[in-house]
Amino acid sequence: MADLVTLTINGKTVQAPPGTLVIDAAKRAGIEIPAFCYYEGFSLQAACRMCLVEVEKMPKLQASCTLPVAEGMVVKTESDPVVKARKSTLEFLLTNHPLDCPVCDKGGECELQDMVFRYGAAESRFTEIKHHVDEKQWSPIVFYDAPRCILCYRCIRVCSEGMGVGALGIVNRGVYSEIAPSHGDHLECDECGACIDICPVGALTSGTYRYQTRPWEMKHVGTICTFCSNGCKTTLGVRNEKIVRGNNRDKSGINGEFLCIKGRFAFDFQDHPERLTSPLMRIDGKLQEVSWAKALEAVAKKFAEVKARNGKFGIVGSTKTTNEENFFLQKFARQGLGTNNIDHHRSGDVVTLMDALAGRTNALATVEDCYQMKAALVVGADLAQEHPLLAYQLRANFRHHNARVYTVTRGPVREDQYSVSRVRTEPGKELEGVESLRPMLSQEPELLILFGSSIKGEDVRRLVAFADSLNIPVKYICLVDYSNSRGAVDMGLLPDLGPGYQPVDNPGLTLPEMMAATDLDVLWVVGANPLARYSLAAANAFVVVQEMFLTETAQRADVVLPAASAYEKNGTVTNVTGQCQKLTAAAKTMGTKPDLEIMGLLAKEMKLNLGIWTVQSVFEQIRTQVRGYNIPLPVVATGQAAQTSPLNGRIPVISRPDLIQSASNTLFTSGSLGRYSKKLTSVLEYPGELYRP
Amino acid sequence: MLYNEPSPLETRVLTRRFGLPNSAHIDTYLAHGGYRSFEKCLEMTQEQIIEEVKASNLRGRGGAGFPTGLKWSFVPRQSPKPKYIVVNADESEPGTCKDRVLMENDPHLLIEGVLIAAQAVGAKRGYIYIRGEYRYLIDIMDRAIEEAYSRNYLGKNILGRGIEFDLYTHTGAGAYECGEESALLESLEGKRGQPRIRPPFPAVAGLYQCPTVLNNVETFCAVPSIIEMGGKAWAELGVPKAGGTKLTCLTGHINKPGVYELRLGFPVEKMINEVGGGIRGGKKMKAFIPGGSSCPVLTGEEAWPLTMDYDSMAKAGTMLGSGGVIIMDEDTDMVKAALRIMHFYQHESCGWCIPCREGTTWLKKLLTRLDQGLGTSRDIDLVGDLAQNMLGRTFCPLGDAAALPTISIVQKFRHEFEAKIAKVQVAMPASANHPFVVVQ
Ligand SMILES: Cc1cc2nc3c(=O)[nH]c(=O)nc-3n(C[C@H](O)[C@H](O)[C@H](O)COP(=O)(O)O)c2cc1C
Ligand code: SF4
Ligand code: SF4
Ligand code: SF4
Ligand code: SF4
Repeated sequence: MADLVTLTINGKTVQAPPGTLVIDAAKRAGIEIPAFCYYEGFSLQAACRMCLVEVEKMPKLQASCTLPVAEGMVVKTESDPVVKARKSTLEFLLTNHPLDCPVCDKGGECELQDMVFRYGAAESRFTEIKHHVDEKQWSPIVFYDAPRCILCYRCIRVCSEGMGVGALGIVNRGVYSEIAPSHGDHLECDECGACIDICPVGALTSGTYRYQTRPWEMKHVGTICTFCSNGCKTTLGVRNEKIVRGNNRDKSGINGEFLCIKGRFAFDFQDHPERLTSPLMRIDGKLQEVSWAKALEAVAKKFAEVKARNGKFGIVGSTKTTNEENFFLQKFARQGLGTNNIDHHRSGDVVTLMDALAGRTNALATVEDCYQMKAALVVGADLAQEHPLLAYQLRANFRHHNARVYTVTRGPVREDQYSVSRVRTEPGKELEGVESLRPMLSQEPELLILFGSSIKGEDVRRLVAFADSLNIPVKYICLVDYSNSRGAVDMGLLPDLGPGYQPVDNPGLTLPEMMAATDLDVLWVVGANPLARYSLAAANAFVVVQEMFLTETAQRADVVLPAASAYEKNGTVTNVTGQCQKLTAAAKTMGTKPDLEIMGLLAKEMKLNLGIWTVQSVFEQIRTQVRGYNIPLPVVATGQAAQTSPLNGRIPVISRPDLIQSASNTLFTSGSLGRYSKKLTSVLEYPGELYRP
Repeated sequence: MLYNEPSPLETRVLTRRFGLPNSAHIDTYLAHGGYRSFEKCLEMTQEQIIEEVKASNLRGRGGAGFPTGLKWSFVPRQSPKPKYIVVNADESEPGTCKDRVLMENDPHLLIEGVLIAAQAVGAKRGYIYIRGEYRYLIDIMDRAIEEAYSRNYLGKNILGRGIEFDLYTHTGAGAYECGEESALLESLEGKRGQPRIRPPFPAVAGLYQCPTVLNNVETFCAVPSIIEMGGKAWAELGVPKAGGTKLTCLTGHINKPGVYELRLGFPVEKMINEVGGGIRGGKKMKAFIPGGSSCPVLTGEEAWPLTMDYDSMAKAGTMLGSGGVIIMDEDTDMVKAALRIMHFYQHESCGWCIPCREGTTWLKKLLTRLDQGLGTSRDIDLVGDLAQNMLGRTFCPLGDAAALPTISIVQKFRHEFEAKIAKVQVAMPASANHPFVVVQ
């Protein structure tokens, strides 16, 4: 490699491309240079002066975070003058620091503690009076304690550069400098908590976690966020079976360090006081608590009876339950009950896209592609509201690689901040807007297309045809709503398609048809709330609902079976880009059971032979039977994302595109589940006009 | 208005129109050779102008003394980006008051200097960043700019020659730090006044990330006479490697304080005794600061034999700086002086970087205490040590500016600190690290 620069760091010969910063070059060589303000991926500050190093032939110590490597440079990162400088900088820093480590949320994971541990002096020469400022609450989510703030400006950058929100800035001067929200005394922002997460000290604390625990008293469980379809990995901090924190400390997921408010804070539905913890049965017209045995027996009996007389079942699956549960549910319906009357809430025309792209390789994008591809076209979607991770990735792509982004949307979207071109259209007329971009798009070397629920049926095919005519490599993302919306389609929660888009012989009823069928005998709802939208025509239908809360649908039920939440079960889910990831149970709510177990017990009760219903065995069936899911086990098992690719063959069914409709959640709503997060509702109730793009 | 009688020992090049009736008016300026140098430049190539400035050995008058011609030559003139001229009129360095007399008495001289710089690099727009406290100067400059527009020295078609240049004033908001060039540019762009990472330097990426010539008021004001006299003749007014005259502000305990235009290399002794009329009350000079409070302090004995130029001052371990001479007589309380200086830097620290933000604050608290005699000899060591810990480690030179005078005062006047703490009786607990207890 001819164009690498060779330098020496601590006696080690290091090679790096020109332009690499010394702090990065050292890191690659396994030498850690400490820093507070330097943060990979965000703009440079050179403010904390912790990363000063000694460079031969330079009289002063140099900030390695802004110093590019040079041929023959000789750098020392731990020499006496360097260590002395760090020690003194830390000494300066501690002069106005409250040192309230014993009660500080950050204690134990604080970068200032770590740094003082490594370099700091044990003695204190500061005998003057520290100046104090009271703590402030900026929103239900964010609290700021100025004395603890070391002014590293990470929060400002993650908010403006990372999130594209720019809600934070600096006020005052000198030692009185403070971080302040752009609305003076409060925040009107995404409430994503990225600022809290990135804060190296305990200056920013979260409304959910503050004073809850010491970090070392939690167990940390990496799982997948159960809200939107983006599939962020979140590490849940659990203490005494209660989730107290969500973050992504090891940045190991597809989302790196990103999480939105839902992934980071909305886990509190898990121990909401209205959580169902006992099966309920309608006795004398009222739902009353009964034992699991009694409830399961009643359901099994009813199912068997209706099945025996060839009655009419309607089965509604979930967009949040696991692939294993969805697969097992459709198997239960088709093999166990002999019906194709199964459906779910559909929010994107994945089916038509899969057919239109049949036989191609490399046509489905991953989350990583949003960060890597040179150009992207967003059609009919407000990513910052509905797909925060994808929005974050696109923005990072623009920041780091100058990606060119085009938007064709109804109203303004956040991507407008940096997009090359924006077209406003009525829903349904997006393709005209797309066509108007042809001259520019055809100049692009490659293109990523993300399209929302208003592009469905023939429009999807037209969009693909348009992209084909550009004669450039194109990848697609069909946007869907929830954490396993994609998995629900893939697993065959459809009346006309089985797992892996296999057409069934005699298609069953769609969701609206079930709801409208006056002769429906049984409505079985697993983790969905259809009665929030539809009314049930069959007055005498026996309604069985597996739920966490007494939703509209559960209130109408004859039997309610309390289900474990996604944070309480194992399994896999598939995100919007078809990436399959593992859920790991973090907590437990007494009295509930995972849906897979509930269905398994029902099958047992009915003496159906649907195979073993452990997560592992059902996943194995999925891997062998569902097209596109023959993914490597170790990848999923180690908590990484494996992309599924169900493109090997046409799909001879046009699966009712008219039924596709996104719930159009905002950042602060998430269907029925969102209502049970106190954090989400508190933000919605917070005064001030929340950020809208 | 002039604040002092001129001295016959002055070499009045920049200040030669001072004292003329209505000296700030464009007619006075034109009647006394004004805008002639600019017109001369219209016949010169850009290289020729820059070469002339290089030949003059003009060094920046804002404090750092960087060769001006060289700075201008760094501007990538071929760049398709617009180029800007920015005048640093933030004059806030304690002891410095020269830019204001220039702008007040001869604002057109500054405008002409700016016009020549604009010609040299192909700039079409300029800004004069004036410290907010100079409210009245903004009015004077605005009036002069208006006059220049009306006489066609500014505008879209200057002197009918198809040259375009617009000039604006912009007011600072009371931050010393905004005199630092990159912080000034941030402030001018409407952002918080804190310095930028350098490189790139303003010549390459300055205002709005475009090539920018940024100089001190006096630097620009020197340019018309350089063009008029020729660079070489101008250089000969000064010393080798530093040409011309320097506006020197004599402040402190001196009989005739004021702004005097002296050749570079002027002897300190002659400057104090003859130009400045000697130390007030015939006293002895205890301390001498050559160029604003950011320079290391010299003792009287150290200062007397020196000459006022960059090299001589550097040899003596200090700096010529901005030309703001501060003279302190034998009655000066040097602990108070150190405290006053630190008070200024603590107040002005922008807060961006840790050593300056926390160091100046700690030092101010410590010096306040020592000034009251509350402290131990270890505290005196601590002052020097903390200042040393700031030195060379801050993001911008303000940290050094705070550290340098402090280090020198503690070094050279330690006995005054000792004497102060000896006066107050303090009972020291046994451990070396415990705070003291005061016994009244
Ligand atoms: C803290 C600080 C304050 C400064 N204040 C001023 C000032 O008020 N006026 C000025 O001309 N230069 C000031 N300077 C110097 C400028 O950064 C810059 O070097 C100068 O304006 C360049 O012009 P020159 O080359 O003509 O001297 C300051 C520098 C620092 C570090
Ligand atoms: S919560 Fe998110 S959007 Fe709000 S200030 Fe912090 S980083 Fe910015
Ligand atoms: S609040 Fe935290 S992240 Fe923000 S500047 Fe202060 S220490 Fe840094
Ligand atoms: S972007 Fe979606 S997946 Fe990621 S944290 Fe937010 S809701 Fe969860
Ligand atoms: S040294 Fe640092 S804190 Fe001080 S003024 Fe410069 S940038 Fe600001």
